[in-house]
Amino acid sequence: MIRRYWWIGGLLIAAAVVIILAPLASSDPDGLERVAIDKGFIEQGQGAPFELLPDYSVPFLGDGTISLIVAGLVGVVLLFGAMWLLGRFLSSRTRPTD
Amino acid sequence: MTFAMILAPALDPPVVLDMHAPDGFLSVPVALLLWLVAIVAVAVSVNRAGRSLDERAVPLMGVTAAFIFAAQMINFPVVGGTSGHMLGAVLAAVLLGPWAGTLVMASVIAVQALLFGDGGLLAMGANIVNMGVIGTMGGYAIYRSLCTLFRGEERGRLPAAAIAAWSAVMLGAAATSVELAVSGASPLAVVLPAMLGTHALIGIGEALITVGALALIASVRPDLLRLRDAGPGTRAAFEASRP
Repeated sequence: MIRRYWWIGGLLIAAAVVIILAPLASSDPDGLERVAIDKGFIEQGQGAPFELLPDYSVPFLGDGTISLIVAGLVGVVLLFGAMWLLGRFLSSRTRPTD
Repeated sequence: MTFAMILAPALDPPVVLDMHAPDGFLSVPVALLLWLVAIVAVAVSVNRAGRSLDERAVPLMGVTAAFIFAAQMINFPVVGGTSGHMLGAVLAAVLLGPWAGTLVMASVIAVQALLFGDGGLLAMGANIVNMGVIGTMGGYAIYRSLCTLFRGEERGRLPAAAIAAWSAVMLGAAATSVELAVSGASPLAVVLPAMLGTHALIGIGEALITVGALALIASVRPDLLRLRDAGPGTRAAFEASRP
């Protein structure tokens, strides 16, 4: 069981990163933003044309910690599911070499 | 464009955009060219992963993508009011190989742009190339060369991954600098040293997280580290099938 369903533990680690660490993340500008601010091209940046979960928040939950965590967990689950489907598709095309 | 141009000067300090390159930093021709590179890289990766991906590696692909997405949310402070976050490209490539690794990175970046407004849509190709392909393909090439230098992957895994992870961040930052310079955002002589300076520090964080994750897997489930080369069509399977 543990050997086969290890991925549940892996998902829990990803969820723990979102729940425990995401609220503590630095809101300072990152490497590219810092350079863009210092070198004067930050104004060229445009906001996204649409955002379903803008800035890692769920609109109806406001922009607090809970909203951030829920948005992050949505991303974690969505990516896991998407990769599972893609992986299944790719590995089903795999043909043994003769 | 107009909206941001009107709004941005009115807000001081500048609007903190998202973590990845937004639209507008790169010129349209540069962004389109990088979209083309990204599409070719993803197509080649679908083809190659489709020939070699082992069924047992599918959950690993899911967990790797989920973890990298989560880890990219965590901006850690570096010096001077600047932060950085993990890329994860070398981690993905070491676990899954460059082909599935590229697909994981491209998927993470696509979800961030499409769902979270993190990174522009026109700039998505550039973000996939700079943060994904360069690290998964370039970083993996560096990793394998270093493993050979350190006499085998078992012995050399952690130091090779550390150096490859740092190098992937620096290569991505250098590529971004060239793209910004060609786009006319800032001269290369200005933007390159600035980007390499901040990312030299961010790369240390990247190396630590990559090594930490690999060391954890090696101690808890070392068998997961062998899934990369386990699939049919791989050299390992080919050699095993010979009489």
